[in-house]
Amino acid sequence: MPDTADDTRQDDAPLATSKRADAVDRATEELVEPKGDALTARAVTINRPRDELFAYWRDFGNLASFMDNVVRVDVLDEKRSHWVVKAPGGKTVEWDSTITEERDGELIAWASEEGADVPNSGRIDFQDAGARGTVVTATILYDPPGGTIGKVIAKMFQREPAIQARRDLRRFKQLMETGEIATGSRTRKQLEEEKN
Amino acid sequence: MRALTWHGKHDVRMETVDDPEILNPRDAIIKITSTAICGSDLHLYDHYIPTMQKGDILGHEFMGEVVEVGPKSTLKKGQRVVVPFTISCGSCYHCSKHQYSACDNGLPADNQDIAQEAYGQPMSGLFGYSHMTGGYAGGQAEYVRVPFSDVGPIVIPDGVEDEKVLFLSDILPTGWQAAENAQIEPGDTVAVWGCGPVGLFAVQSAFLMGAERVIAIDHFPHRLELAKRFGAQTINFEETATYEALMQMTGGIGPDAVIDAVGLEAHGFFVDNVIDQIKASTFLGTDRIHSIRQAILACRKGGRVSMPAVYGGFVDKFPLGAFMEKGLTLKTGQTHVQHYMPALLNAIMEGKIDTTFLISHTLPLEQAPQGYKMFHDNQNEVTKVVLKPEWAVAAE
Repeated sequence: MPDTADDTRQDDAPLATSKRADAVDRATEELVEPKGDALTARAVTINRPRDELFAYWRDFGNLASFMDNVVRVDVLDEKRSHWVVKAPGGKTVEWDSTITEERDGELIAWASEEGADVPNSGRIDFQDAGARGTVVTATILYDPPGGTIGKVIAKMFQREPAIQARRDLRRFKQLMETGEIATGSRTRKQLEEEKN
Repeated sequence: MRALTWHGKHDVRMETVDDPEILNPRDAIIKITSTAICGSDLHLYDHYIPTMQKGDILGHEFMGEVVEVGPKSTLKKGQRVVVPFTISCGSCYHCSKHQYSACDNGLPADNQDIAQEAYGQPMSGLFGYSHMTGGYAGGQAEYVRVPFSDVGPIVIPDGVEDEKVLFLSDILPTGWQAAENAQIEPGDTVAVWGCGPVGLFAVQSAFLMGAERVIAIDHFPHRLELAKRFGAQTINFEETATYEALMQMTGGIGPDAVIDAVGLEAHGFFVDNVIDQIKASTFLGTDRIHSIRQAILACRKGGRVSMPAVYGGFVDKFPLGAFMEKGLTLKTGQTHVQHYMPALLNAIMEGKIDTTFLISHTLPLEQAPQGYKMFHDNQNEVTKVVLKPEWAVAAE
């Protein structure tokens, strides 16, 4: 959760919702090792305990179960992981990622390593929300593949990271709250087509 | 299996499609024994609802026999169930408060984008009602996949005929919630605009909740006749000045509670389409907005407005001033079907509520396209069409 107690700012709203041009720069100050210049952030309230949500997310091998664009995440060691992610045109992009900060049950922050196809960094915050469960906030900085044009193309193919983050968080909520991910498909064949 | 599929305006067809399969642990497959055409299906038929795709299977009022269950379903093969039209998870914050139609998880993640854009937050999924509501295949078919089958479907005791309980799926709970939202007190006079199935069930429900008098407003003589059968007084708005009549019938006070069961559904479900559709059919548009405007003007000071009618987008000339100055209360929303089903099933079993009067026609599922045409062309006499998949099998 970005710290909003900043005396040069005029309100308490999250940085990613700012209309000011310097918001991205300010957001990066909150990351240990910022990568990228496009900022997206999103919060979702999940009716489950904080520790349970954190534990599921922290086991990176689980992420492909609700991140539809993620082909797989290989855990390399305690801090490092290798990501294979779908890109427009049937291609994939890859990178290695390192955890830059971690607080058990509260925060996971990461940054991609040198040579990433899509440089990115970000943080996932888990906060208690009383009877409503836990607020999970994802803040992601990334370099859109191919700059602005690449972003438009990716959007056409629904692979744009901001769109994906929004949908991934909804799927995470569904999986944690209901034990499954909702689908409008009628047959297994349709379900497979929907995922590709 | 055989299923009724949508192909465009006034073009629905019976087709052979792949059978549904269990896809998630809480799923069940239901073999449909009875399914009905809803008034809101006509808006799909007229192609007023966007995000439809060719081949979509329609139908959100249905019941049948459990033939297959996922590992987390609580249903058992052979049970007879009625399925709510809302697809709700039972586990999220809203479901835990019994606000089932506001379920966070009923809509697939990708489909939530449109609803979030249009309404600020996505609502529950719906069966057979466009891709904006999840793209779920409906129940006007031989079989249907039912998600969250441990939460939604209600088991029906053996020996109770389908016709008695089928409308637990949508219109009976919707009429009941409409009356509940009117917060009826003993001695109240309640006015109901629209004597379609929801309006008629609202009339019945209002009396059960203690209304002393119900005044039903419509222009189809047969539908007004049905309202009269339940003890309502009637106003035919083609022959009578509605506001003046209501004021005189209530001694100049106005009804204590008003229920709008007409709605604007036909005019868009989706922000971008609303303005265009109103432009394209200005007369219809103003006519339908008229019901809620008239209800607000007629309602007594400090009274209650209940709006089960579906509105999708923006409306012009909403009488906000009258609403504020008279201190009215408005309650509305899609129906929390799962919340009402058990009590309403009991009311049916005890003989307090009868829903069979509504059924005017029963056809084999194979004749569903004719059923749509009949219902669309003659709303006076055709009050409800029930379709029987098994009749179709027998005919083959």
